[in-house]
Amino acid sequence: MASEERSSLSAGVESHRAPVRSGWKKAVHQFKQQNLPACKPVLTPAWVITTYFLIGVLFIPIGFISLRASMGVVEIVDRYDTECVPNSYKSDKVAYVKDMSVSKNCTRYLKVKKRMKAPIYVYYELDNYYQNHRRYVKSRNEQQLLHGLRYNSTSSCRPLELNKGLPIVPCGLVAWSLFNDSYSFSRGAEKLNVNRKNIAWQSDRDHKFGKKVHPFNFQNGTLIGGGKLDSRIPLSDQEDLIVWMRTAALPSFRKLYGRIEEDLDEDDVVIVNLLNNYNTYSFGGKKKIVLSTSSWLGGRNNFLGMTYILVGASSMFIALVFLLLHVKSSRLPAM
Amino acid sequence: MANGKIRAKLKRSSLYTFGGCITPQAEDADGPHQLQGPGYSRAVFCNQPQRHQKKPYKYVSNYISTTKYNIITFLPKALFEQFRRVANVYFLLAAILSLTPVTPFSAVSMIAPLAFVVGLSMAKEALEDWRRFIQDMKVNLRKASVHKADGVFAYKPWMKIQVGDVVKVEKDQFFPADLLLLSSSYEDGICYVETMNLDGETNLKVKRSLEVTLPLDDDDSFKNFAGTVTCEDPNPNLYTFVGNLEIDRQLYPLDPTQILLRDSKLRNTTYVYGVVIFTGPDSKVMQNSTRSPSKRSRIEKQMDKIIYVLFTLLVLISIISSVGFAVKTQYQMPDWWYMPPDDKNLYNPDKANLSGFYHLITALILYGYLIPISLYVSIEVVKVLQAKFINQDLHMYDEDSGTPAQARTSNLNEELGQVDTILSDKTGTLTCNQMDFLKCSIAGTAYGLSASEVELAAAKQMAMDLDPQDHDFERNLPSNNAGFNNGRSNHSSEIELERIIRSKDENHHKPVIKGFNFEDSRIMNGNWSREPHAEVLLLFMRILAVCHTAIPELNEATGSFNYEAESPDEGAFLVAAREFGFEFCKRTQSSIFVRERHPSSKEPVEREFKLLNLLDFTSKRKRMSVIVRDEDGQIFLFCKGADSIIFDRLAKNGRMFEGATTRHLNEYGEAGLRTLALAYKKIEEADYSAWNEEFLRAKTSIGGDRESMLERISDMMEKDLILLGATAVEDKLQKGVPQCIDKLAQAGLKIWVLTGDKMETAINIGFACSLLRHGMKQICIAASAEMLSQETKEVVKENILMQITNGSQMVKLEKDPHAAFALIIDGKTLSYVLETDMKHQFLNLAVDCASVICCRVSPKQKALVTRLVKEGTGKITLAIGDGANDVGMIQEADIGVGISGVEGMQAVMASDFAIAQFRFLERLLVVHGHWCYKRIAQMICYFFYKNIAFGLTLFYFEAFTGFSGQSVYDDWYMLLFNVILTSLPVISLGVFEQDVSSEVCLQFPALYQQGPKNLFFDWYRIFGWMGNGLYSSLVIFFLNIIIFYDQAFRKGGQTADMAAVGTTMFTCIIWAVNCQIALTMSHFTWIQHFLVWGSVVTWYIFLFLYGMLSPLVSGNAFRILIEALAPAPLYWITTLLVTATCNLPYFAHLSFQRAFHPMDHHVIQEIKYYKKDEEDRIMWTRERSKARQETKIGFTARVDATIRQFKGRLQKKHHASSSPMSPV
Repeated sequence: MASEERSSLSAGVESHRAPVRSGWKKAVHQFKQQNLPACKPVLTPAWVITTYFLIGVLFIPIGFISLRASMGVVEIVDRYDTECVPNSYKSDKVAYVKDMSVSKNCTRYLKVKKRMKAPIYVYYELDNYYQNHRRYVKSRNEQQLLHGLRYNSTSSCRPLELNKGLPIVPCGLVAWSLFNDSYSFSRGAEKLNVNRKNIAWQSDRDHKFGKKVHPFNFQNGTLIGGGKLDSRIPLSDQEDLIVWMRTAALPSFRKLYGRIEEDLDEDDVVIVNLLNNYNTYSFGGKKKIVLSTSSWLGGRNNFLGMTYILVGASSMFIALVFLLLHVKSSRLPAM
Repeated sequence: MANGKIRAKLKRSSLYTFGGCITPQAEDADGPHQLQGPGYSRAVFCNQPQRHQKKPYKYVSNYISTTKYNIITFLPKALFEQFRRVANVYFLLAAILSLTPVTPFSAVSMIAPLAFVVGLSMAKEALEDWRRFIQDMKVNLRKASVHKADGVFAYKPWMKIQVGDVVKVEKDQFFPADLLLLSSSYEDGICYVETMNLDGETNLKVKRSLEVTLPLDDDDSFKNFAGTVTCEDPNPNLYTFVGNLEIDRQLYPLDPTQILLRDSKLRNTTYVYGVVIFTGPDSKVMQNSTRSPSKRSRIEKQMDKIIYVLFTLLVLISIISSVGFAVKTQYQMPDWWYMPPDDKNLYNPDKANLSGFYHLITALILYGYLIPISLYVSIEVVKVLQAKFINQDLHMYDEDSGTPAQARTSNLNEELGQVDTILSDKTGTLTCNQMDFLKCSIAGTAYGLSASEVELAAAKQMAMDLDPQDHDFERNLPSNNAGFNNGRSNHSSEIELERIIRSKDENHHKPVIKGFNFEDSRIMNGNWSREPHAEVLLLFMRILAVCHTAIPELNEATGSFNYEAESPDEGAFLVAAREFGFEFCKRTQSSIFVRERHPSSKEPVEREFKLLNLLDFTSKRKRMSVIVRDEDGQIFLFCKGADSIIFDRLAKNGRMFEGATTRHLNEYGEAGLRTLALAYKKIEEADYSAWNEEFLRAKTSIGGDRESMLERISDMMEKDLILLGATAVEDKLQKGVPQCIDKLAQAGLKIWVLTGDKMETAINIGFACSLLRHGMKQICIAASAEMLSQETKEVVKENILMQITNGSQMVKLEKDPHAAFALIIDGKTLSYVLETDMKHQFLNLAVDCASVICCRVSPKQKALVTRLVKEGTGKITLAIGDGANDVGMIQEADIGVGISGVEGMQAVMASDFAIAQFRFLERLLVVHGHWCYKRIAQMICYFFYKNIAFGLTLFYFEAFTGFSGQSVYDDWYMLLFNVILTSLPVISLGVFEQDVSSEVCLQFPALYQQGPKNLFFDWYRIFGWMGNGLYSSLVIFFLNIIIFYDQAFRKGGQTADMAAVGTTMFTCIIWAVNCQIALTMSHFTWIQHFLVWGSVVTWYIFLFLYGMLSPLVSGNAFRILIEALAPAPLYWITTLLVTATCNLPYFAHLSFQRAFHPMDHHVIQEIKYYKKDEEDRIMWTRERSKARQETKIGFTARVDATIRQFKGRLQKKHHASSSPMSPV
């Protein structure tokens, strides 16, 4: 009754304002009265079942496609950090790696189990290495990387800011601890070329690392960290440094080393000659070398496809349960 | 002097009112007041304001300010206000610490959101205060005429007025400060004052100047005027004043009758002169203004608890990560050659404990995202917008007075949706406080054909008893379908009710005379003279026109008179007399002039009645008399009063119509009308002069017993009366009140009526608005007057306690589930009940009763009852009232609603919401309250969800960084998360969400119960949402990490670095929380779509633009979208997977709940969705009747009760007549 009365009242109000109201004014009126046209989706059983079903239908194929892509990737992983230590140093690996007089050469043989199509990406993988530690991440200077010696307020790089009173370029822990194992590959006697160009992001090379900035005063001090840099080459061309400077998200990470631009056939044996310079022994990290092809999705990653299939399947399952429950006890007469 | 002024022939009229001549004097005897000691130090030098310019007589200026801040104090004070919130203090500390090296974020990303949030809140404060300032300035700049020098008056703004100034105030102007009345345009120095703004009373009050200042009645006389007032210090008592006026070394005592208070208005007096005593903040009205207590809604209080829960969580995970950090630093860091210890001890394995402590601070800042920084400000924005919508609602706009609803505070919007008990004032709230002259009984004949509301209600009930129910019931009987039946009968009865109401409404449109709803051709239009007892009729009407204290006001437009009466009854009488042809047109100090229009002569004759004495109305006497001499020299006593009083004083020969009149009075009483009996007597000249002498002597006597003496002498005169008849006026119910009460009852609200009226009236009104009905068992708790006067307090208490216990027993023993009880208690009894522990027993009884009516309660008791209900039941109470006497109750209740109607603004000023009519309460609660409650509840839950979902991912990441405090996201992402990317959708949820439309809310009042039961903000739901947040955070983090951690993420072979992982994860969060809010909403206008999906789009746009900035600004996010992520299908596929996985469980929960445990609004949404309401009317009606809250008051309950009665009777009949047939 009251509502009847009201509606007639509001009708009265509206009727006497209606003629002057243009579209915009009407919209404003509706807005103020919280009466704007609205869609009010209701999760009716039909909608729910359809939605779950559609999710299933969409996700399961995506899952299979990704799985297939991931399966197509061939990957060879070889851990070499322990094997490359001479037997005499097995008990004290740190001493081995710190001893400059000992040769760090080492040879590994990798068997190709399945045909690998070019490009084959070469990665090094480190483990238990906190590249994402806040102290480590902060210890760099973007300005200096771009402008070089012209920029000298680099306090964030401490203690690798200055050496003998002169600034270090590039400064900071990240650059200082540059990974410095090196690999060369051959198949039998035939040398496999590793292309080490274009492994970093284009934008990093063009805009973040100065084209005229040359390493200066780097790894000269008492503290010797990782790799050294050729001071004749500008930073923008030191791609291994650029890759290294992109800190990884997790303590276990892979970084691109280069590309082998030749196909490898099944049962080929790739001989890797490496220099085992980088010290992972003091903190017990592993070192691996990885050869991998890639698909449109990237590397080998079955998890994604599996999850898609799992989610899609459970979605289908829920749709089914819902359908059954609904048929069994229909609350509303119609769907 | 101005024309048309009423000039008294007597220099001083002591006739004016009985009360007026009594009051001033008790103290007269003591002469001037002895004013000494503290509290009486004020001295005012009249007409010498310059003496008040230096100490010690320098008092505050007349400038008033109700603002909270001024330009200087704004910043510190407003900041202080902001940082009284725990969360804000935390963020402030975090911002300060972000300037030190321990911070995990850049300083700007901590300070910017805080500045934004606090700035926004402060801007709101500033705006509100600015409005107050403007309002103040309007008042401060009003002009008043002030004496300058040498008898010259000039206009000055109010704020410039000083103590000691002589002010001239003209008709209908407000007094600029508290003034001492010196003289007025009347020769005897009286003036009329309207104090509506002070105490809400609409009747005029008489003020009177001292005799000594009477000659000061024109501008010139102030040339040399000087005097000194010594008086009390400023205080908030409106009705007291103590002071002396010294003129020419003579002391004269002053009392409240000489004081004109600021904010009251001069009426019916051309001008007055007064001297300023209290200015600005010293004035009584300003001293009286208490800042209304700031109320916070329960949801907000609960929200604080959630914040504490989150703080605990925050501290916990901070401790976990700082312990983890310390352990890592101490045992592992020495091995990390690539990370040598730093010089600041932040990462020093040798001082791992210290580093751990520093890290604790870092962690506390880092995980701050668990606590939504924008929560308070978002809620504030949402509430302001909600309040705007309430203000804009046309359905709550009163077209007659042009007042919209007004949410005066936006703090309590959602509380409106949780009200359990409504405490309502009666006069002015349920009723209009407008009396309509409806019926009269003259000379034993009842006149007046209009029906009262109560009669209409009764007729309605009768109609239902007989007609429609019968039909319906019998017709549907064979179908034997109870549910169906019920629905139908309810439906038809509603139609029936509607018809009656409509017919009544039509009735209403006809007469437009305010205060007069009388229809009877026998005495209208002069026909009275043809009635059998014409001379009695004549006298009756004369009494109506003469026996009163009202003042006529000529309405220029219509040429007729309006009346300024002390009570609305009196006004109704005068209007009635006018309509009958006895127009009261002029009052002088000694005479009353009435224009009588006799049927014999065409032109009205003006008759003068010399007013000899006026014996005023007091609540003790319950009658009022005038003694007048008519033009023939006859002396009459005209008397009107309560029937019982008058009947006791009738002469033997005056009881001619007693029987018939008594019968009529009973009828009127039952019809809910207010009655008065009228009587007169003729007095012989000699008798009168003898009596008058005695009366005058008593009046001029000095001493404490004067009052009782006067009373006794009046009593002597007011006897041996001759009864003429009785009047019946109706205290009209406001429009739509019964319907509104019905709907509120169906919504499950309890309604208590607290009224100052007497019990009978209150009960009548109870019937009229269906709070009471026949067949309801009334439990009356009252202590009789004799008992109160004779027995000791203990005995009385015991008696009352027994009554309460009996009542409780009665309720307990009642077997019939449909039986309803009404509790009625009067103020005297209540005062006993409230002051002891009896009050809890009383409350228990009251809670069991369907309706509770408290009559004769004082304003203080109203507040006490409100507190009792609020604290005793722990439920949310709403108090609604319109007058100054409701202020206490309005402030005490959880929500105070003021009726912005006729009686002043006091109630409105104290209220949280103001509406123009009681009936708007329905929409305010059932629609806006319901919406606001759900909106805010959902919004807060969602807020916590999204911040937990986001904040915890930071924590998980910590575990992978050696707890070092590194965040996987760019600082700017985090900054934007709360401030921009997720705030607008949640605001749109809080402002625009509607679970069902307003029409449906009104049709299904039981939906309202979701609020009082707090279904949407209980801990179960809150923790559910938090759990959902936890789940989402796990899914978002671990899916992303597993997908991205070591493998190349695109064809080019590049592996994802921290920026790529972080950005993808953040994209997933943005999608997940926005899809979640879309799932939560059930009402999408283009605004919601725009804001929700716009937020997602904004994220991509931001990412793009951020990537385009110089790499020195964007760091690793440089070109991340266009170069690294967008071309990688994995990025998009991951987003899809994570978003879906996050939302599927909630979606499943939602759909299962809807399908198998639906809540009320789900069902209604579905019905609406399938358009069942249009296709299947029967089903719709059935649903509607089911969706009512079980209630025992209101129309519908009445109807139901009648149906039950009828069924009962029918059953009996069945049993009796045809025993083999199975009963229904």
